[in-house]
Formats: sequence, structure tokens, C-alpha cells
Amino acid sequence: MLNKIFEILKMISLSKLTRIIVFTLFVIFLTLGLLESLLLSPEDYIQSDAVRIMYVHVPAAWISLGIFSFIAFLSLGIFIFKNKNFAIIAKSFAPSGLVFNLIALVTGSIWGKPTWGTWWAWDPRITSMLVLFLFYILYIASWRLFENDKAAKISSLVAIAGFVNVPIIKFSVDWWASLHQPSSVKILSETTIHSSMLTPLLLMTAAFALFSVLIFLMKYNIELIKIKTKGLDRL
Amino acid sequence: MNGYGLFVWSAFAFTLINFFALYIIINRQLIKENKKFELKFNHLEKIKYTEAYKQRTNQVLVSSNAAQKI
Repeated sequence: MLNKIFEILKMISLSKLTRIIVFTLFVIFLTLGLLESLLLSPEDYIQSDAVRIMYVHVPAAWISLGIFSFIAFLSLGIFIFKNKNFAIIAKSFAPSGLVFNLIALVTGSIWGKPTWGTWWAWDPRITSMLVLFLFYILYIASWRLFENDKAAKISSLVAIAGFVNVPIIKFSVDWWASLHQPSSVKILSETTIHSSMLTPLLLMTAAFALFSVLIFLMKYNIELIKIKTKGLDRL
Repeated sequence: MNGYGLFVWSAFAFTLINFFALYIIINRQLIKENKKFELKFNHLEKIKYTEAYKQRTNQVLVSSNAAQKI
């Protein structure tokens, strides 16, 4: 059953059409998102136009957190199901997760200067995002430093250990005094952000998610080709 | 942008430059690995070639030359 699912995923990711569809959707959502966030959405009554940085900062932070959580979930699968496909998928998601984490940190720093008056503060959320960035680097480095099975096991342990940091990032604003405000976009209760600002935020989140899927498909293809090239040597 | 233009534009530019850079890096890797695979596949002995071609993933890789497009 599991192998059948992986076989379908392989065929989908190898198909040019899948990548063309994802790429086209990404361009559409990014264009709409940029239009909404830079031109159509209103300025904030306190932060003025500086609030527009939110439309790249927040989606990047969400996606990097989501990807790391998914990598940790897949890493658990490696130990439970002893299936290498989990490792290949997890490995293929890491580059985009790392880049989104970097974008969140840098754009957060750029946003911090006009709003808080500083480029960097050892705020609980910023620090825990920096820790996540270090875990991403450790995860990718462990794939490069070790060979095959060992790399899969060590990188998975890094991802599972790093997952402890995810709830810390999420609840840091509630647990400790933070420069960050509590969540405005909530799943279980009413969202406190106005629709004119929520629309560009969601459009940019969709665009970023599509970009990470596109990078995943390309990276997953690379990993599959590497395996197949090794396979030709063994014939 | 009410005096915040430098901050806003640099944040958006940083994001888009990172997207572009990551896409280019991954696409180059994909083209490189695809070329390596094709080179090896095309230089296989006839029996090995037939054996390798039986695998579905190999068929897709050989027929699509997917890396160059998107």
C-alpha cells in the first residue's frame, strides 16, 4: 500500500505537466499576491506602509515552520515503517524550508527597524526562529556529512529533536514577554485581522506554498535520478 | 510608501531574489543529474540497456528529458 503511494508520487513528480501546472499556479498567485500586498491593501493606522513587510515575513515563517514539522513527521515514518522513501521526500523539502526560514529572519529584521527601532532583538520568537534555522542547517549538513543509511537516521534524529522547537516558536508570544504580538490569524477561533489585509496574506501564503512544492518536485526528481544512476552501475 | 519604501522594497526584493536563486540552483542540479543519467544510460551495453529500460522510472526519465523544461 505504502509503496504504491510512493510509486504514484514518483510518477507525478517526474511528470513535466505537474511542474508546469504548479509553476503556472505559483506565477498567478504571486502576481495577485504582489498586487494586493503592494498596491491594493490599505496601510496600517500605526505602522503605515511598513505593515506591507508582513505579507512576505509571515507567510515565509508559516511555510518554514510547516515544512520543518512535515520533515519531522516524515522522519518518524522512517523509524516506524523502515521505508527509505520517507527520507527522500523529507530531504527534498529541506532546501525550500531553509530559504523560507532565512527570508522570515531577514524580512523580520528589516521590519524590526522601522517598528521597534532595532534590526535585531533577543526576543523569544526571533531567537527560537534562529534555533529553527540552525536545525535546518544541521539537518541538511547531516545528509552531506554521512553516507546513505547513516545520513537518513542521523538527519531524522535531528529533525525529531528540532521539532521540540516548533511549539516553542508558536507559543513563545504567549509564554514570555515578547516584542511580537499574539496571533491574529487563528484556526480555532475568530481571526482578528481585517479581510483587506487577510486576502493578500493568504494569497502570498498560497504562492509561497506553491513555490515550495515546485522546489520539492525538482529536488525529489534530482534524488530519484541519483538513485537510478547508481542503479545503472549495479546492472 | 510614506517614507518606508526602502524597508518594504528591500524585504520584497530579498524574498524574490532568494526565490530566483533557489530555483536556478535546483534547476542546474536537475539538468546536471539528468545529463549524467542520460550519458550512462546511452552508453550501456545492449543487454543492460534492455534490462534497464524495463524499469518504469527509467523509461520516464529517458523519454521526458524533463530537466530542461521548468
